[in-house]
Amino acid sequence: MNLSINLKNIFTDAGNVTLFTARFFKEVIKPPFEIREFLRQCYYIGYKSLPLVGITGFIMGMVLTLQTRPTLAEFGAESWLPGMVALSLIREIAPVITALICAGKIASGIGAELGSMKVTEQIDAMEVSAINPYKYLVVTRILATTLMVPVLVVFADGIGILGGYVSINIHSDVNLFRYFSQVLASLDFIDIIPATIKTFFFGFFIGMIGCYKGFNAANGTESVGKAANSAVVAASLTIFIIDMLAVQITDLFF
Amino acid sequence: MMTAETNMNMPLATDLSGPVINIKGLYKSFGKTNEILKGVDLTVNKGENLVVLGKSGSGKSVTIKCLVGLVPADKGEIKVFDTDIATLNNDELNAIRVRIGFLFQNSALYDSMTVRQNLAFPLKRHVKKLSSKEVEETILEALESVGLAEAIDKMPSELSGGMRKRIGLARTLILKPEIMLYDEPTTGLDTITSREISELILAIQKKNKTTSIIISHDMACAKLTGDRLVILKDGVIVAEGSYDALEKSEDKWVRSFFN
Repeated sequence: MNLSINLKNIFTDAGNVTLFTARFFKEVIKPPFEIREFLRQCYYIGYKSLPLVGITGFIMGMVLTLQTRPTLAEFGAESWLPGMVALSLIREIAPVITALICAGKIASGIGAELGSMKVTEQIDAMEVSAINPYKYLVVTRILATTLMVPVLVVFADGIGILGGYVSINIHSDVNLFRYFSQVLASLDFIDIIPATIKTFFFGFFIGMIGCYKGFNAANGTESVGKAANSAVVAASLTIFIIDMLAVQITDLFF
Repeated sequence: MMTAETNMNMPLATDLSGPVINIKGLYKSFGKTNEILKGVDLTVNKGENLVVLGKSGSGKSVTIKCLVGLVPADKGEIKVFDTDIATLNNDELNAIRVRIGFLFQNSALYDSMTVRQNLAFPLKRHVKKLSSKEVEETILEALESVGLAEAIDKMPSELSGGMRKRIGLARTLILKPEIMLYDEPTTGLDTITSREISELILAIQKKNKTTSIIISHDMACAKLTGDRLVILKDGVIVAEGSYDALEKSEDKWVRSFFN
């Protein structure tokens, strides 16, 4: 009995998420466009996340270099270090870690914000004043996360590689120009493009899940916390699933 | 079952010019067992202030939420301005919604916006071709009508409960609605502020000739603002009439509201 109820809930939820996502594509092309709110969201989601993503990126680059160095040193291949760090960061670590950080910061923020708006009837107030709350609140946020997460990932890539340089310099003296020429020599477009494309999907699902959880919060303040929490959990899991699919697809075609 | 009051034909305080809101046999349930409305019939005439009384959970708020299409009705007919709202598409429903003002119980001010932005939000979207100066003047006029022009740059979190209600009212009035729906406008306010809000409701009715439905537990508010009162019990209207008539009702349960 419980299993059938759980299964029913899972399928109902999946159906609702699909409809919610389909509505985005319908509403995004329909005027009026809420440009001002979209830019405001880009500022909060993108610019306000820069310090967090920057610090994380720098630490990732440093730690990755420090941890990889002994293994490469055993083979006398320390000169591969810049290329290896850059490849690992750009192809996998920076996109996934940045997306996970965004899931924690942005998806939870959106979930809590929209959840509290729902609970305090602000979304209903928008609806009864004949303003489409989905367009104003959801479309702008999903668009902003879809565009800002890739920007944050590129930023994390750059800072991470710089962190790698600092880390290498702890053990040996390497010229910055030489370090970056080694980094660029090891990179190809095939390393950058698929990794960047997947970040748009990360951004889209971070925004979509945050909005879905907040927009569908039940009544009562308890549900605001639940919306924020479940948004982080669902967004983080979705990031790993998308990453797995993206890597498989890239591996198949390139 | 309780019988409806017999004083439905008594003369009312306002000059009536036909129904603006007409609800027939409205049913609404949440889930399979939680039946809230069980056949509500309600007519509100033009220019009239109708007060809906009833215990918590009797379906008062659900009725007005059905009226603006926030909650879809299960069964029954809701006609607003002679249009059955169940037959309307989203754009048509929005055209009706612009003519209806809804004051929420907790005011529902947008937390992330200042008072000015809260008022400009519906105005800029529904009244096109307004210059910045005209928007500013309209906002100030709306705020002055509720006596809170000085709060224009404040955030909702800086306002008291009574101020929030007034700003919510100003935001609703900025589009000059023909129908006003008040969801417990005086709940949670002190006696003096409640009276001020009730007087504001009356002033709005006189100034804008609005038709209003006021949901309230506050009998002082009902007495002051209501041209006609209806009482909801277990999802149906069980009594209807003027304040004085219902106060002298033979039914003990109806009278208990007035004690």
